[in-house]
Amino acid sequence: MVSEQLVDLSRLQFAATAMYHFLFVPLTIGMVWMLVIMESVYVMTGKTIYKDMTRFWGKLFGINFALGVTTGITLEFQFGTNWAYYSHYVGDIFGAPLAIEGLMAFFLESTFIGLFFFGWDRLSRQQHLLVTILMAVGTNLSALWILIANGWMQNPVGSEFSYETMRMELTDFWAVVFNPVAQGKFVHTVSAGYVTGAMFVLSISAWYLLRGRDVEFAKRSFRIAAAFGFASICSVIVLGDESGYALGEAQQTKLAAMEAMWETEPAPASFNVIALPNEAGMKNDFALHIPWVMGLIGTRSLDKELPGLNQIYAVNRERVKVGVEAVKLLEALRKNPQDAALREAFDKVKADLGFGLLLKKYVASMDDVTPELIDRAARDTLPKVAPLFWTFRIMVALGFAMLALFGLALWYSIKGDFAERRWLLRWALWSLPLPWISCEMGWFVAEYGRQPWTIYGVLPTHMSVSTLTVNSLYGSLAGFVGFYTVLLIVEMYLMVKFARQGPGSLGTGRYLNETHHAHA
Amino acid sequence: MIFDYPTFKIIWWLLVGVLLVGFAIMDGHDMGVGTLLPFVGRNDEERRVVINTVGPHWDGNQVWFITGGGAIFAAWPIVYATAFSGFYWAMLAVLWALFFRPVGFDYRSKIHNATWRSTWDWGLFIGGAVPPLIFGVAFGNLLQGVPFHFDDTLVSHYSGSFWGLLNPFALLAGVVSTAMITFHGAIYLAHRTEGDIQRRATTAALIFGVLMLAGFTVAGAWIANGSFGYAITSAVDTAALPNPLAKTVALQPGAWLANYDKAPLTMLVPALAYAGGLAALLLVWKGRTLTAFVASSFAIVGVIGTAGVSMFPFVMPSSTVPGASLTVWDAVSSHRTLGIMFWATVIFMPIIVAYTSWAYSVMAGKVTAAYIRENEHSAY
Repeated sequence: MVSEQLVDLSRLQFAATAMYHFLFVPLTIGMVWMLVIMESVYVMTGKTIYKDMTRFWGKLFGINFALGVTTGITLEFQFGTNWAYYSHYVGDIFGAPLAIEGLMAFFLESTFIGLFFFGWDRLSRQQHLLVTILMAVGTNLSALWILIANGWMQNPVGSEFSYETMRMELTDFWAVVFNPVAQGKFVHTVSAGYVTGAMFVLSISAWYLLRGRDVEFAKRSFRIAAAFGFASICSVIVLGDESGYALGEAQQTKLAAMEAMWETEPAPASFNVIALPNEAGMKNDFALHIPWVMGLIGTRSLDKELPGLNQIYAVNRERVKVGVEAVKLLEALRKNPQDAALREAFDKVKADLGFGLLLKKYVASMDDVTPELIDRAARDTLPKVAPLFWTFRIMVALGFAMLALFGLALWYSIKGDFAERRWLLRWALWSLPLPWISCEMGWFVAEYGRQPWTIYGVLPTHMSVSTLTVNSLYGSLAGFVGFYTVLLIVEMYLMVKFARQGPGSLGTGRYLNETHHAHA
Repeated sequence: MIFDYPTFKIIWWLLVGVLLVGFAIMDGHDMGVGTLLPFVGRNDEERRVVINTVGPHWDGNQVWFITGGGAIFAAWPIVYATAFSGFYWAMLAVLWALFFRPVGFDYRSKIHNATWRSTWDWGLFIGGAVPPLIFGVAFGNLLQGVPFHFDDTLVSHYSGSFWGLLNPFALLAGVVSTAMITFHGAIYLAHRTEGDIQRRATTAALIFGVLMLAGFTVAGAWIANGSFGYAITSAVDTAALPNPLAKTVALQPGAWLANYDKAPLTMLVPALAYAGGLAALLLVWKGRTLTAFVASSFAIVGVIGTAGVSMFPFVMPSSTVPGASLTVWDAVSSHRTLGIMFWATVIFMPIIVAYTSWAYSVMAGKVTAAYIRENEHSAY
């Protein structure tokens, strides 16, 4: 059996590398459209200041992009290095969107980013704008395919288990592509990226305005950021992936956990604003609720029930029992693949195979399974409530705080006097970290909430890992954290340096803080 | 499905080959440039010239690596799983070496400080030299067989160590690979520069080209006379559902030459390595850098193709439990996935080649010291 320490370290390494990666991704996804907007204005009006805006914000975009690429390489290969059984077991489905991401999106993005930076003097205005647009399309398509892969982990549609090849196999590619969970996640995630890009430009522009420097440049940037940010935060909140919650069991389990909803309530369920979840007792010690709201959000109806955790537990307990039979039948079938009776019996229970595999954490043979272990396995299917409950609330609260900020920023941009409202500028400046915190919280909810599965209901996390030594994991984890931390410090240093210097760093002679270096 | 399962299995062996060769030709030339950077660039301005020959393109080229990884995941999932987890530290060394590239390129010239810049130059050297070396070492180990096996639920277990990978034949393969990539990068650099840098790059091309051909010859002789080579000894049903445990395999010294006997036309593949390599040497010496680049690209097709053809149908032979070896017949995805990925590749690959060519044509011409001075703030 796989040691729990190995599983925990593998999870920690994946979580750390993915969360580092997502410090850079949302800014890329959002900034790239801001660049498209600025450059479009330049092409339409011919005003040089918009070209300077595209180039200056593009410079900061490039500093961020470099680390997005660096940390992204790891993720493409970490499934193989650290999650070998996962890769074998679901590669038939999961590999395809990753490969298509490369072919359709990442090539596009990465080829045109080179021309974006180096093609200014070699392309016509229209051609360069086209390059920027293609870079943006590539970036966003990239997010689409990655979220199709991730959405399948949450809601594994279009596939079934094959006992002959001992893995999941694709049955319907388009079901995987149009998986509603994936589509919901895509809209939510890229919108969050747009908010991040907008906040970045808004905050830094506010800082220039507070200092009274490069005012025309900063004002124009601020206005674009305010409008783009307001539209984006509305999209995050309204079109958020909540529409996907009622779809699929993983999302229902996650929803119940992040809402600390232990019991199934008569529809429409109430919403817990604050609660003190008691994991051991499987109840809340205290809860402050608003009637009806949860049912409305989760089901968009007044009459559909949302299952509580206790009910999910009861259902899953039965599935674990059936799953034990499924594992036994699979083992028999692997020895006698031609036995038609065995195959028929297995086909009846194979939907619960994954639930039986949960017991592999505790026993090597299904003959050793006891009722207590079945209870434990069923209990394992419920994620820990408190971390999900609170991270989800932080994400939502920050989302509404940003809605207020972008709303006011847009309002005063339209009125035209935002540059005199120092409280607004200060608020914008200090809000800079909020989108990053929200994004990380959101991923935590999505991925921690999927536990104990890598593929919900199909493959438990503890079976997914590579058979490595614990020492290898300590070594690689230390290496990744060390590398990434150093690189992050370097990145932050450059980002702060160029943000402080401002558009003068372009060396055009039109701004403050111009660099005039004698050639080295 | 337009093709049956056995045909798709062969097509995917070819397509993985195309992606690996594409990676070696495209990302290879900028890795070669990175490897040569500290040696052909003697001062900051020269180094900026060198870096800017690949500045607009390295990122797009690196996607060959990412897409190659994704395609192996999709088409040969158990190879992706077994190879990358087995070669754990080698794979991490590749990833960590690659970390130096995006930041090295983008951050290096953003600060005017000699130590800062020289640090990133050596980072670009590591990012250029280490991956081809390790990929060569990995191929050298694949040719000898790798110590792994599966349990009956197909969990892979690797019983070797990182240091075990560094055996003499594998190191020789690493030298061939690094020389090939550096040769190719040097030719590219000679094409995109002038004066001293071009002269140094040409010298480097001549050295590494000869080294590549010599190493390739020694490796070939070693394979012909050495103790490794595997053959399937049970009947092969190429249409069967993939199960790597359903066959028997024997260690058969000399078996890696069997395909050339069976299909003598395949000898054109190693011949291409020699023809391309020699032509590239001659052409770069004559100053015909663009055609030399085409020739060295063919040499890469020949060298990588030789490894592939020699091992066919093996992809990853097991030295400890040869029957568990992974082959093109039994390590693949389902018929449906191979079909979908076939269409994705056939549709997008020509589009990628088209816009990549356009990007190179936009940036064509020599990179000069004057260009660096004019673009002080925007060039790498």
